[in-house]
Amino acid sequence: MSVPEVAFAIVAVVGSIAAIRMVTTKNVVHGALYLVVTLGTVGAVYLILAAEFVAWVQIVIYVGAIVVLLLFSLMLTKAPIGRAALDNQQRGLAAIVALGALIGLIVLIQGAFSDVEGTVRPTPTEAVGTQLFKHFVLPFEVVSILLLAALIGAIALARRDEP
Amino acid sequence: MIHLWLPLTFSAVLFTVGIYGVLARRNAVMVLMSIELMLNAVNVNLVAFSQILHDNLLNGQIFALFVITVAAAEIGIGLAIVILIYRNRETVNVDEINLLKW
Repeated sequence: MSVPEVAFAIVAVVGSIAAIRMVTTKNVVHGALYLVVTLGTVGAVYLILAAEFVAWVQIVIYVGAIVVLLLFSLMLTKAPIGRAALDNQQRGLAAIVALGALIGLIVLIQGAFSDVEGTVRPTPTEAVGTQLFKHFVLPFEVVSILLLAALIGAIALARRDEP
Repeated sequence: MIHLWLPLTFSAVLFTVGIYGVLARRNAVMVLMSIELMLNAVNVNLVAFSQILHDNLLNGQIFALFVITVAAAEIGIGLAIVILIYRNRETVNVDEINLLKW
């Protein structure tokens, strides 16, 4: 195994363990903090794959904004503690479905891509920006309208009605 | 050199953990967190294919950026709905919200 592969394996194991802890923890706030670890390791994976702009966007938007939003809504809603309060009765069935999907995906991946490898080339932010504003201008504008609509919708949903 | 199956396997693990979380958790905020996990798994796939197979147009990375943006919009609306439900029903457990269930 090469050096990037060893680094990747360490980061991936940490991220996977944090993800499993997130869905099995008894305390929702701990779950949100495990989510921070998982999202951070995904950012590190992007850095190992030499996609620096996506890595920083991941850190800023996910760890910086979305986790704060999730923590706020955990504080605003009553968060019970304990597995019985947090899990429903389908836990065994859900574990079977997830394990089956994992085994199927790993068999597929090993069958199709087990001998594909390549060196990663660093992509500077400039290249991503040029590509984004050269070939993806229309989707970019559509996504900005979508964000505006989501912003207005969230405000309209969450504000209290005037008496 | 990085083998392509390494990031793909990490992504598969994240996705299936997300499936388990969506199916097994009762708290609506935890369900939304698990959905974020699944979207992240898709992004890892996109960036891995783009970088290891040398996508000169960088389509994979730009799609990952769009997915992150749509995920941010989705979590904003989702949490607004969760807070609204909590205000009306005093609960965010998805198995107790059955008003529209036939």
